[in-house]
Amino acid sequence: MSTAVAEGVFVERSDGVRLIAGRRKADGEMRFPMPRGADAQFYDSVELAPVGKLWSYTVQRFRPKTPPYIGADDEKSFRPFAVGYVEFPGQVIAEGRILVDDPSTLKIGLPMRVAIEAFPTSTRGEVATYAFRPV
Amino acid sequence: MTDVHIIGAGIHPFGRHPDMTGLDQGVYAVREALVDAGVEWADMQFAFGGSAAAGSADAALPRLGLTGVQFINISNGCATGGSSMLSGYWAIKSGEFDIGVVLGFDKHPRGAFNADPEASGLPRWYGETGMMLTTQFFAMKIRRYMELYGISETSLGRVAVKAYENGARTPHAWRRDPVDLDTVLNSQMLSDPLTKFMFCSPAEGGVAMVLASDKRMRELGLVGPKVRGAAVRTRPRGSFEVFAPSLDVERGVAPTVLASKAAYEMAGVGPGDIDVAQIQDTESGAEIMHMAENGFCADGEQESWLADGVTSLGGRLPMNTDGGCLACGEPIGASGLRQVYENVQQLRGRAEGRQVRDAKLAYSQVYGAPGLSAVAILEA
Repeated sequence: MSTAVAEGVFVERSDGVRLIAGRRKADGEMRFPMPRGADAQFYDSVELAPVGKLWSYTVQRFRPKTPPYIGADDEKSFRPFAVGYVEFPGQVIAEGRILVDDPSTLKIGLPMRVAIEAFPTSTRGEVATYAFRPV
Repeated sequence: MTDVHIIGAGIHPFGRHPDMTGLDQGVYAVREALVDAGVEWADMQFAFGGSAAAGSADAALPRLGLTGVQFINISNGCATGGSSMLSGYWAIKSGEFDIGVVLGFDKHPRGAFNADPEASGLPRWYGETGMMLTTQFFAMKIRRYMELYGISETSLGRVAVKAYENGARTPHAWRRDPVDLDTVLNSQMLSDPLTKFMFCSPAEGGVAMVLASDKRMRELGLVGPKVRGAAVRTRPRGSFEVFAPSLDVERGVAPTVLASKAAYEMAGVGPGDIDVAQIQDTESGAEIMHMAENGFCADGEQESWLADGVTSLGGRLPMNTDGGCLACGEPIGASGLRQVYENVQQLRGRAEGRQVRDAKLAYSQVYGAPGLSAVAILEA
């Protein structure tokens, strides 16, 4: 598999892919991704459950602007993709791309599993990023 | 303590103006505001101004006059205009100054804004993989709201239809042609459930106000709406904001709810007292959610309000009477001040073709990145 889009964002375990979040030591507030740099010392690293529930979603119908978007596609070859928030109960609500053939089948509350998506970029070749897929 | 009044208001029409810079439009608006009040730039004791993408506001100084006036550049995301307004209000309220100008202008390229993840304290991959778009955020916020409170796509369409109807009656609006409901609903889908005609576009424009103390206004023999309340608030924990890779499972209120409460308290009035309101309508869903966040109706009530035309001209509480962001476009630095400008026109009985009869109390609320809201309440 290609390299990860960034270090420490997700990890593969025997029961599936897990996102790596941070829990603030002072008050337990959770955030994804786990903060890096100077802020990291205030957080404990926490792996999120491999399955959650769809909290909200949309479909990105036009090609996002570059920068910051680095998809290998162009205006012509761009294919709309779904994106949404998944709630991991008792943990956090995290945003990600959604792997689904027909976005009209998406519904709030739908169980979603964290997956790995091969994402072709214009700058770094193909990278592995996380995504959500209906269970 | 002294009261603060708006004694002059000027605007450069919103839209696209290939022959003018953003600064040109800001300077134009200041001159209009000064003429409107019948005062000179040399009389100004302070100025607060800003733009998000068109340079430093104090670049206006060589053109308006190098009088040595205290000029402070304001940069506060989408609430830049609202923050200039609030700064001018405090300057006079504190007793330090009697008269000054607040201004905002902008000029953006076409299409959705380019976002810089690092400037927002976010990892680069968030933008690289196509998730850092304001349009997505608005779509996902209204999608969930629709599900929770039974808002229909028709209601989203009605907000846009109303905006273009009002824009057609407003000289400073950009979109001056009415658009029917079918066209709105069937236009290109940009970010489900929001279509092209439900989104505002980045645009250009400039707005300025002359503010004065009670005392100075009387000395000048002028009248003008009184600022009854003004507040800016930022995102509290648990609010759902633009550019958020994650959200708290325990949900909280939006910054608009906080800014709104603070402004009502300052003004000593409630939502039921307001006669006309300009609220942030970056897209149709935002106006719907802001109707409730500003306290005008309960969550879900928007469905019947829009069907019954409560917020249309001639309704009980007309909203976005100049067509709002949908019809005027959104030059970030000027947008919040445009709302105040429209309220000044309404309160002075100058909103020809769209005048709300006997408007005494006018409300404005601007919301935007990175999660802040500014509210101003004016009294005729």
